[in-house]
Amino acid sequence: MSDDDDIISKMIVLHSTFTLPSDLVIKIYESKADITVKETCFGLIVEGKRSEVNRVASEIRNMDPSRIFIKERGVPPGSSNRCRASQGGGAKPGFHQHEIEFALLPYFTEALDEIERGEMPEIRDVTPPHLTIEKFKDIIEKEVKESE
Amino acid sequence: MVKVFIYPSNSLILSDLVDRFGHEPLAMMQEIGKKIRTAGLDSPPINITPEDPKLGLKYAAVEVPAGVRGRMALLGPLLEDAEAGIIVKEPDISFGCMGCARTNELINFLVRAKKVPLLELNYPTTEDEAKAFVHKIRGFLNGLPGAKSGKEDE
Repeated sequence: MSDDDDIISKMIVLHSTFTLPSDLVIKIYESKADITVKETCFGLIVEGKRSEVNRVASEIRNMDPSRIFIKERGVPPGSSNRCRASQGGGAKPGFHQHEIEFALLPYFTEALDEIERGEMPEIRDVTPPHLTIEKFKDIIEKEVKESE
Repeated sequence: MVKVFIYPSNSLILSDLVDRFGHEPLAMMQEIGKKIRTAGLDSPPINITPEDPKLGLKYAAVEVPAGVRGRMALLGPLLEDAEAGIIVKEPDISFGCMGCARTNELINFLVRAKKVPLLELNYPTTEDEAKAFVHKIRGFLNGLPGAKSGKEDE
């Protein structure tokens, strides 16, 4: 079996105010790809042959490039070993990771929009201000003089 | 296209950015997927088998806990394929498969020892840091051979 025939799953995480998971599902149906799609609260999970899944993922990303985030997933959609419906509830493995990263997605979207617009801001590392003893003494002396 | 090892290995953002800028992310999910989809007696939920800590002996000594060696059986092949790396230093989000501090130390050491192009970053907490995070990763990935050109490069 070649690599292209391997079965893989991908998570499509949507963080958009105007694209809905159902829009993505319709797009996948239009592409006539031979893959399984599961609509979820965060977007979609798709499963199928590597070549098909990669093609669909690329088409989906083009719909809203800076608001759709994709990663590979180890477990098939609806797997009874991971799905909380059959595991007695609670957060499923991987939830905490996404919970934390999900909060940052709007910032990443803005950065990707900047790249799309061709803006390249100067990247500066934010370092705490370096205050030497000499400089601190100068500040104290200056403050004392001003107060007199 | 270059194979880029990412740490934390289960990060959505790192995996997405590497893929988006034209490279192949090397992540734990691929290895888990292979294990789960290979039919056998050890199908899920037992997707780490007693064989795995033995495979991990290639990377860690026998007195090292089996959890470290089992994880290394998954991460080791990825490290061997790595042609570049992106490491986020001390992320808060070391959950699940990335939740073992000793394995994480070993991975960080092995990536550095491999002498591949490496980008080290801090996990962003604010808007400015998040933007700088994306721009730095983009700059690093565009410097690797076979990168997709960004908008302003066209």
